[in-house]
Amino acid sequence: MEYFVQQLINGITLGSIYGLIAIGYTMVYGIIGMINFAHGDIFMIGAFVSLITILLLGMAGLSWIPLALLITLIVAMLLTSAYGWTVERLAYRPLRGSFRLAPLISAIGMSIFLQNYVQLAQGARVKPLQPVVQGGFTFMERPDGFTVSLSYMQIVIVVVTIALMAAFSLLIARTSLGRAQRACEQDRRMAALVGINVDRTISLTFVMGAALAAVAGMMFLLYYGVIDFYIGFLAGIKAFTAAVLGGIGSLPGAMLGGLLIGLIETFWSAYFTIEYKDVAAFGILVLVLIFLPTGLLGKPEVEKV
Amino acid sequence: MVVRTLNGVAGEFRLDIPAILKDCLVSALIALALAVFIIGLRTTDGSGGLGLDFRWQAVGIAVVGVFVGRFLLNLWWARRTPKPKVATAEQGVAASAAEAFKTFVKVAAPMAVIGAVVLPWMPFADRYLLDVSILVLTYIMLGWGLNIVVGLAGLLDLGYVAFYAVGAYSYALLALYFDLSFWACLPLAGAFACLFGILLGFPVLRLRGDYLAIVTLGFGEMIRVILLNWYEFTKGPDGLSGIPRPSFFGLPFTRRVPEGTESFHTFFDLDYSSLHRIIFLYYVILVLALLTNWFTLRLRRLPIGRAWEALREDEIACRSLGINPTNTKLTAFAIGAMFGGFAGSFFATRQGFISPESFTFIESAVILAIVVLGGMGSQVGVVVAAVLLIGGTELFRGLDEYRMLAFGGAMVLIMVWRPRGLLAHREPTLKLSPAPTGGGPP
Repeated sequence: MEYFVQQLINGITLGSIYGLIAIGYTMVYGIIGMINFAHGDIFMIGAFVSLITILLLGMAGLSWIPLALLITLIVAMLLTSAYGWTVERLAYRPLRGSFRLAPLISAIGMSIFLQNYVQLAQGARVKPLQPVVQGGFTFMERPDGFTVSLSYMQIVIVVVTIALMAAFSLLIARTSLGRAQRACEQDRRMAALVGINVDRTISLTFVMGAALAAVAGMMFLLYYGVIDFYIGFLAGIKAFTAAVLGGIGSLPGAMLGGLLIGLIETFWSAYFTIEYKDVAAFGILVLVLIFLPTGLLGKPEVEKV
Repeated sequence: MVVRTLNGVAGEFRLDIPAILKDCLVSALIALALAVFIIGLRTTDGSGGLGLDFRWQAVGIAVVGVFVGRFLLNLWWARRTPKPKVATAEQGVAASAAEAFKTFVKVAAPMAVIGAVVLPWMPFADRYLLDVSILVLTYIMLGWGLNIVVGLAGLLDLGYVAFYAVGAYSYALLALYFDLSFWACLPLAGAFACLFGILLGFPVLRLRGDYLAIVTLGFGEMIRVILLNWYEFTKGPDGLSGIPRPSFFGLPFTRRVPEGTESFHTFFDLDYSSLHRIIFLYYVILVLALLTNWFTLRLRRLPIGRAWEALREDEIACRSLGINPTNTKLTAFAIGAMFGGFAGSFFATRQGFISPESFTFIESAVILAIVVLGGMGSQVGVVVAAVLLIGGTELFRGLDEYRMLAFGGAMVLIMVWRPRGLLAHREPTLKLSPAPTGGGPP
């Protein structure tokens, strides 16, 4: 039981990170119907910007951790958004209205480019970071000494994720930008006719996705304490799997899918073998898709002749 | 000084210099924002944890480079005059271009084949060139195999490398455990890959495009993870080594052979040369690749090939005509997988060593890129794209660090430049005439 609770906590933490990345995938897919393959690498860049900011703040002698984290969060979100915007502007916008596979190939190329760019600029070695947020609670002590621990970092991750999700749902549901996004999602041409700047809306979608990926990157860095230029690939695939599992195009679906993938992975590694955790995640995806072809919360697509 | 030359240029092309400068400045500022952290501050391993290196020159170079590049790009855009768009003229031009392209292919394709056949006998054909050619041909074969799935049947497969891996491991394991020869294993490897294609395809081919893409991607990763972790069977990350080399009808390409047997050079009374084996491998892959091409071209004329293309264009119409989409997709998937398996077993015998490292997602991406960059469904396009991408990056081997960077950048640039691929003349095999006028898809 104690072991189960511990794994539940770990799974939810990991799932939150996946969920944050998955939102970027699902929003972009919802609005322009493309798999943004470079999104995982945007997440990786977010992690690197966070690392550099933390090191800079450390050199500047800022020792009050909450403030340092807040500054890091803002800097990472801003700069990573700039990357998201540039990628969209350079690699996807010229291909708007082109055939379906063109943006996908462009995105794969962008992903290869970004990985090698960071590898060249920052080196191929893994980057370790000393824990910034330390400590936590322990409870439910078992007679044999096993305790369930809930670290402050895990609390921060879950709280930040919930806060961002809430803010985001409000943004989509209440603001004019959210309305414009939903309009573009339904019918881009019609949205343009009623005076919505479609290009700007799409750019902002990428910016928001990148900002969330930056948060995920920062959380990843602080939680695991080690990053390299390659983390974006696997995290990106997992997050995309999460988005598909939840029903691509649906925001709550992305969060749910992220949590599920995180939980599946954690529990599989805990109770079965750690080597095959990726196989388990993909296997469950295939199973779900066979029975629910549009994911858990996806809307069934009506095909018209 | 700079402004004056600019004005001189402006007189000729009627440039809006302030607007261009503003655009360049904005681009440079964005480049500065992007570069200042990732390029400007390099994390280094210091004694007590990570330190930071400042590299402002690199940032400066990047920013100035973007400014100048953007400026040149603007000049280029200004020079290009917009073409008048008249629908009929465009169609006429497109039709004549397609005709010209067809005649070009009719002449160029046999020439290319002849060129490929005589290549090993050319005086400049050294070992390096042949090695690169073998690599390019392998990718051409893989591209043609994937073209059946992506180009003809219109199924987005992001895990094609899985079948390549299945083929390679089938051959390696059969040869190592059962001591079978390459020629006996080749069909078996193809059959295994085909079987895997059916096993994967059966449950997932009902899915729509992008769901199919992610499931195939997942399948590719699953195969790799299993190969990596099933140590007793596949030797995991260590890989399989000592895979037998192919023989020429039973004659091995070795310098010394056991007493009483003959090798290739003793049988034909030649001096021993390590090049013999390379040339032989070159012809093997050339024949395999041409076989793939021929098979595909024939299949396109068969009812099943027609059904693939029809399915790609409109699935609902197909269903109402009584074509079973699942079975049709399954055949495309299985046949594509089979060719992947052939290519894989060739790869194993050429390398003599395989490990899961060779079958990462990036390989799938490269093969897919070859198909799409070439122009989906175009057999010639695959050749052009494979030569450009694989041969091109081979040329930059000296600049090893920048090779993949350039590769990714080239993929983006080619797509932006020609979104439908380099040779985008995807002609339907069967066409009703006269073509309907107007109201076509944009």
